[in-house]
Amino acid sequence: MSGRGTGTVAPPARVREPGQGAQAASPNGSGREAEISEALATIGRPMRKIDGRAKGTGRARYTDDIRLPGMLHGKILRSPHPHARILAVDTSRAEALEGVHGVVTGRDMPTTYGIIPWTPDEYPLCVDKVRYVGDGVAAVAAVDEDTANAALALIDVKYEELPAYLDPHEAIAADGPFIHEPRKKGWNGNITKTVELAFGDVDRGFEGSDLVVEGDYFFEGTTHTPIEPHCAIGLAEPDGKLTVWSATQVPHYLHRELARVLELDPARVRVVQPPVGGAFGGKSEPFDLEFCVAKLSIITGRPVKILYTREEVFYSHRGRHPFHMRYRTGATRDGILTAVDSRIVMDGGAYASFGLVTTYYSGQLLTAPYRMPAYRFHSTRAYTNKPACGPKRGHGSVQPRFAFEVQLDRIAEALDIDPIELRRRNFIGSDTRTVNDLRVTSNGFLECLDAVERASDWQHKFRRLPYGRGVGVAGSTYITGTNYPVYPNDMPQSGIQLQVDRSGRVAIFSGASEIGQGVDSMVTYIVAEELGVPLEHIRVLAGDTDFTPVDLGAYSSRVTFMLGNACIDAARRIKAMVQEAVAEAWGTKPREVLLAGGLAVMAGDTGTGMPLREAFNLAEAKFGTLGATGSYNTPRDVHGSYRGATIGASPAYSFTAHVAEVEVDPETGFVTVEKIWIAHDCGRALNPVLVEGQMEGSAYMGFAEALMEEQIFKSADQGRAGLHNAPSLLDYRIPTSLDTPALESLIVESIDPEGPYGAKEAGEGPLHPSIPAIANAIHDAVGVRMNSLPFSPPRVWRAIQAAGDGGRG
Amino acid sequence: MLRLHPFRYHRPETVDEAVALLAGFGEEAMPMAGGTDLMPNMKHRLFTPAHVVSLNRIAAMRGVALGPSGQHLRIGALETLADVSANPLVRRYFPGLADAAGLVAGPQLRNMGTIGGNVCLDTRCTYYNQTEFWRGALGYCLKKDGTVCHVTKVGKKCVAAHSADTPPNLIALGATLALAGPGGAREIPAAEFFLTDGIWNTRRARDEILTEIRIPVGGPGRRSAYRKLRQRHSIDFPLLSVAVTGDFEENGVVERIGGVVSALGARPRVVAGWDEIAVGGRLGGRVIDALADRAYAQCRPLENIIVDAEWRRAMVRVHVRRALAELAGRAPSAGNGSAAGP
Repeated sequence: MSGRGTGTVAPPARVREPGQGAQAASPNGSGREAEISEALATIGRPMRKIDGRAKGTGRARYTDDIRLPGMLHGKILRSPHPHARILAVDTSRAEALEGVHGVVTGRDMPTTYGIIPWTPDEYPLCVDKVRYVGDGVAAVAAVDEDTANAALALIDVKYEELPAYLDPHEAIAADGPFIHEPRKKGWNGNITKTVELAFGDVDRGFEGSDLVVEGDYFFEGTTHTPIEPHCAIGLAEPDGKLTVWSATQVPHYLHRELARVLELDPARVRVVQPPVGGAFGGKSEPFDLEFCVAKLSIITGRPVKILYTREEVFYSHRGRHPFHMRYRTGATRDGILTAVDSRIVMDGGAYASFGLVTTYYSGQLLTAPYRMPAYRFHSTRAYTNKPACGPKRGHGSVQPRFAFEVQLDRIAEALDIDPIELRRRNFIGSDTRTVNDLRVTSNGFLECLDAVERASDWQHKFRRLPYGRGVGVAGSTYITGTNYPVYPNDMPQSGIQLQVDRSGRVAIFSGASEIGQGVDSMVTYIVAEELGVPLEHIRVLAGDTDFTPVDLGAYSSRVTFMLGNACIDAARRIKAMVQEAVAEAWGTKPREVLLAGGLAVMAGDTGTGMPLREAFNLAEAKFGTLGATGSYNTPRDVHGSYRGATIGASPAYSFTAHVAEVEVDPETGFVTVEKIWIAHDCGRALNPVLVEGQMEGSAYMGFAEALMEEQIFKSADQGRAGLHNAPSLLDYRIPTSLDTPALESLIVESIDPEGPYGAKEAGEGPLHPSIPAIANAIHDAVGVRMNSLPFSPPRVWRAIQAAGDGGRG
Repeated sequence: MLRLHPFRYHRPETVDEAVALLAGFGEEAMPMAGGTDLMPNMKHRLFTPAHVVSLNRIAAMRGVALGPSGQHLRIGALETLADVSANPLVRRYFPGLADAAGLVAGPQLRNMGTIGGNVCLDTRCTYYNQTEFWRGALGYCLKKDGTVCHVTKVGKKCVAAHSADTPPNLIALGATLALAGPGGAREIPAAEFFLTDGIWNTRRARDEILTEIRIPVGGPGRRSAYRKLRQRHSIDFPLLSVAVTGDFEENGVVERIGGVVSALGARPRVVAGWDEIAVGGRLGGRVIDALADRAYAQCRPLENIIVDAEWRRAMVRVHVRRALAELAGRAPSAGNGSAAGP
């Protein structure tokens, strides 16, 4: 069953010491790992981000910093109703207002779209119905924002209100009127997707169990809160060309959808993605503003900009789904898992977004790092009249991971086994297949457990701290990129192009989206590594569909692995040409020519060398203009053949373990997370500083969801059903620096056989264990199980009160 | 981003000029000190004055100094919260007030926000501090543009919460507020300044300016403490605030004790009946428990803030107890004639 690249046994993963460079990393390493490590000059070393100074000094130009001559400002009219038919839209008074240049409604763009081609259920602006408070109905372009706002107030919309569904269970049980027309006759229009899959004999697994733990869990919805609100600028030119600048993390998918919905030739549509000020999954599909600026620019002949207000960012959402989860987990008396069964109802909000994938992910991504002999899941995503949920950092798998890791803690407690030991006993191993037939290659999970156990002094703390203080552990896995694009095709997932100048400068044309994660820096490091070019001689032009090859986007933690491999591919093509040309000049073999430190030197004779610029000139003289493309596509033998088997498949998986230490104030319910130890197997840290940044940012974000964040809505008896409870950064609480725990990152390097220099993802996996580790630590501290998020002071206080009243304890 | 409405901005340099501007423009004008409350409220279209009268250039409204006889500390209303919280005199005599000023919002807002603005802070409610779009979708509320209170459903009285940190301390310390208006200057005890109407919860007329705060320094045995309940350690308004002050004899016997609980309704609540429990004895555990029980019995939070009201009520007892424990343990603030340190 094992797939390609698994023929050699991976050396044991190791934990990187803080600040350690790759060369010094592995004195006792063996085989391939040591060879690669010792040969690396740039990769593995702590380095600046190439855009760090520009961002730190305010010189980076984000989308809203772009001002074009004659630019108009657009605004979108939004529905005040959670669910209503649109009977009429009269824009005549708005059009008559001085300073208004264009008005569009849903009827101007009557084509549905959706990031997943099987569930296109959104219009750029609503046509017949609105489905949540905040749904876009019309848009205007005017000389300034105040005029645009005044024009919105002059648009008359007649609505017929419909019953609103806020609860997913009620939505599923209803027999109409549905939020969406059923895709097939007889289907329930309030359901996006139901997935039921079973692997192994689950019922027999439970029968053979010594212990079966059951639990109900609720994960509240949360949103991304990027600091930069969504922003887009449309520019239609007289020759029929359309350019859209957008704060997106998926320029390629946006390019396709703009052309399709606006019925334009995609070869005359250009999408440019400037630096993005935070995304976290919240900018990974097309949004109303992108279609509106394009259409309004086509109509007015002038550039049009729309910048969301913070309130609109909350309405556009696409954040974490609320999950209602029931888990049954069986184990032997030794703590070995026997069977797992889950039933999940997901609250999807008004549109599908990535929901079809989310529904699969809710079950598919649970099957490592523990071996499960039998597993069954049943997940249903309901539509409700609230902003659409979608992918947020750790898409679809953060919620089940919370429930499951608490289940494991309960098993450990019932069997009196140390929870870290319980996890070790169930380790799935490397170079194996999961129960749902996903190929797993490198796996440093045991080293992650060891690292957090040691660093946190677990053995002296667990069950030994005084009442009110506790530690908890949790583990997780995550994909390094989804194995298939959202639209089926056989082309590469990532492409890159390199071009070499006679000055020695190398230009990288990258289709990937720099959203703060450091992808532009990552490809720079790789080119520096492969060609020996100093970092300051490398330029990156990224995210411009007119000039850069396709990369599918910054989602599913795919970019380092996929674009990194594409970049190595391209760089090595150029390297080969340079080596050949220089070897010819020196009368030696190409492999005797080394490129490093800005020089070409002869192996074994460092007295013979030349500046790289001269080496590049020799190559250009021999081969013509120097350039190369590189691409990466995923292996196809990494999953099973059942329906849905491709979803959850990835070329590599990352692994994480956290220990959290908390202090609980039993009188108030306040939980203070003192520290989180984060051990993450990222394969290889191409730049350990950036990996640590991702680990800390992930742990912070999970901690924030654990204690504070709630994307919630008013009910009908609170004045207006479906009205966002608090669409502002004052009342939607994310932790400040004063609230944030100490975070200690422990990088584990398993050296993946297929990753670039062995690298895997680090951007999303390290979020997962924060939440259950904190839940388990609260239990260790005060003896209550927190099964509903967030663990806010009132919730924890109520749980402690209930336990104190002779409750469940 | 949210836009401000167009308005004319005035910058008078004296109190008289400011008062004349406010009186002249009537309902069309509002005074502004640091602007940290008024600006977002204007962006939310809660106020749309055609004239904004900035007080920032009025030098007479600045300064912190002991009064001529040393009996009072006077704090100019334009003193920023950052300056008040760090001021050596405030820290020395009124540590509870200094703590409260330092707990308002976050550092940037304390650098702009003033103590006068904090005293006059508009009341807050989950149904009120929202954008124009949001309030329109709701159908507005009693406090602004609507007829229904979404908190009480039936009531005709606004229950938006007094949410400022410094007034409970000023009330507990027996402070006096100085106002200037078209009819001249007047003074009101802080304890009488607030009303129970959430729509306009102070006795300040709309064309009056709070110019100065005077706080009696008290004797050497005076102590004060403040506790603020909030979910984050910065930024947030209080979910509950407790200010306590007491005069103690040298042997620790309580001469006088007062407590103010706020952030529950429109008016800070002075806890009744504490003296009879505590005066004449020491502030020990059982007394503290009894005082906390008394406060708890008098406080009933509503769902005007989006946090579990039952929990907020339970926290009254906990926070009063903790504030009193701090008072019992706190070294006396250095009153007149005392050489004791802070």
